[in-house]
Amino acid sequence: MPEGLAETLQWQYLEKMLLIRRFEETVVKLANDGHFRGHYHLYIGQEGTGVPGILALEPKDRLATTHRNHGHVLARGADPGAGLAEILGRATGLNGGRGGTIHLCDPALGFLSTSGVVGGCISLAVGGGYACAQRRDGSVTMALFGDGALEEGVSFEALNIASLWRLPVIFLCENNSAGAMGMAKGGYPTLVHASTDLLLIPRSLGISSVRVDGVDVAAVHAAATQAIAHCRSGQGPVFIEAMTPRWAGSDPLWPELATGITDLRMATGELGTDGPHEQWYDCYDPVLRLAREMAKGGAESVRRIFALDETARKRIADAAEFALASPLPAPETALDHVFAQEASA
Amino acid sequence: MSERKRSYAAALVDALHDGLRADPRVSIIGGYVLGLGPQRTLADRLKQDFPDRVFDPPTSEAGSAAVGIGAAMAGMRPFVDLGTGSFSYLAWSQITNEAAVAHYMSNGRLTAPVTFHMLHGVRGGGAPQHSQSPHAMLWNAPGLEIAAPSTAADVYGLIRTALASPNPTVVVSHAKLLGIETPVPEQKSPIPFGRGDIKRRGRDVTVVATSLMVHYCLAAAEALAREGIDVEVVDPRTLVPLDEKTILDSVSRTGRLVVVDECPLRGGIASEIAATVAERGFRYLRAPIARVTRPDAPVPYSLPLENFIMPDPEKIASGVRRVLAA
Repeated sequence: MPEGLAETLQWQYLEKMLLIRRFEETVVKLANDGHFRGHYHLYIGQEGTGVPGILALEPKDRLATTHRNHGHVLARGADPGAGLAEILGRATGLNGGRGGTIHLCDPALGFLSTSGVVGGCISLAVGGGYACAQRRDGSVTMALFGDGALEEGVSFEALNIASLWRLPVIFLCENNSAGAMGMAKGGYPTLVHASTDLLLIPRSLGISSVRVDGVDVAAVHAAATQAIAHCRSGQGPVFIEAMTPRWAGSDPLWPELATGITDLRMATGELGTDGPHEQWYDCYDPVLRLAREMAKGGAESVRRIFALDETARKRIADAAEFALASPLPAPETALDHVFAQEASA
Repeated sequence: MSERKRSYAAALVDALHDGLRADPRVSIIGGYVLGLGPQRTLADRLKQDFPDRVFDPPTSEAGSAAVGIGAAMAGMRPFVDLGTGSFSYLAWSQITNEAAVAHYMSNGRLTAPVTFHMLHGVRGGGAPQHSQSPHAMLWNAPGLEIAAPSTAADVYGLIRTALASPNPTVVVSHAKLLGIETPVPEQKSPIPFGRGDIKRRGRDVTVVATSLMVHYCLAAAEALAREGIDVEVVDPRTLVPLDEKTILDSVSRTGRLVVVDECPLRGGIASEIAATVAERGFRYLRAPIARVTRPDAPVPYSLPLENFIMPDPEKIASGVRRVLAA
């Protein structure tokens, strides 16, 4: 078990991380079966950051996420059925099929608009922090974004404003270019940045900054908890760079289940991990890593791990069934919601 | 109702002051709401009376716009001043691709009730990069409400409405309007969007304009009156929503239309209004529609060059004579 972390919290993390993993594996299947169009991004490999980071927030807090949002909305508690339905463009989706995979957004859970423009998330989150500061209720806003977001100019402007005005914003950067600096081999471009130390950017603006192992839920929990307390006490923003080694399935231009369907027997020692992805299974897969830690608790813990997985699989199977059975939106509703009709509360 | 005169700039500040007082969610991001001209000190009382709610941002148009949008999504009602309208291009992604789409993209679950304000137009010696009028381009970004007030009463009423609107709103003020004094009613009140105002009644020709051009049209109308030509000046006041009815009703009475605007001709505001009337009011027209706009060229610095490209009362009068001769 990760040291210094309450056991109930660890089980909560594992439950969420399994739900996200089974969700994303199902997204690939739905894509390969032709159930939705367009490019998409998976959260596999980053569950160890988003789950403890988001679970450290309170209900009154706000969040902003990016094109790689599926894990974030699920971690915060969005309904997986409504999530899958949105990805399939169905009327029952989180956003009625108007946003799709890139823009999953559940405002009832505190999400600001899910921008598909990489710098959008950071900059909108600073606005969220501005609102929290104006409200003076001790609430904070968390931005969850990839390292690529730091390539866009608005991110710099927003970081500067957050620091100048000491806004309560946690910038949780999921650096998924770790181990893949520069262009990935023949595939999707990852980080293209002159700086080899991204923390120099927030630090140059006087923002308190820390780097953590993004696969280590205890480390992320500690950093996030500390950052949130820092923000709540009015000391200004915090930047966390969580190193989340890039999952092989996110290397190609289109996602692939490069490491197969996650098999928890790899965490209990019932199944070997050798082969081209041995390092992933042994060190970098956050789900296997946490499950392996929890399995050390003995037979009862192992039984509980598989029971959680069974529940996650069942929830996602039901979610997929719901999404696939859901109606497409009526074409004539395409002009709805261009403008809000009434003053919002 | 008794009326007194007030400058556009003073009325704009009145609207912000009353808006701040009326709603604790309102705040201002922008240090130079009235630009750098002689009226700028009128805005000082905003900062004096609301020191915690008026912020002077760094030179970061995109960042300021995004902060306003994010805060609006989180329940606040920020007024973001982008300074010279030409600088709004730095915040284009935020205005057109974040604020404008957020409500739609969330299936109506989010709102982004932010107000953007900018000083648009040929301000005099502004050269190409400080003289832009971006609102024609913004009109092509569905999801934004756009107001282009022309008078003190209108800027007051429209800004109050913008601050209360559930939608992202762009309010453009012409830099040359700030010092112009016009009557304001004793009891100032919000003006609903989408309700045009006939600034001058006339029988012979309808002239449609917003912002500074309303004043140039009124000047042209006075000159034309001496020639026996009776011009009606219609000010839609907001482009989104557009009061098509007031425009079409006017054209149905006069049978002739001149549309005047400072945005460049192609894909511009005058073109859009002309097309709307051609499509929906063709039967009223007794002559082809005329557009009097800035030509499709950047705004030059030197005075004679600037005067050449700027619509003015004489060019508007020529346009009116043209449609009457047709």
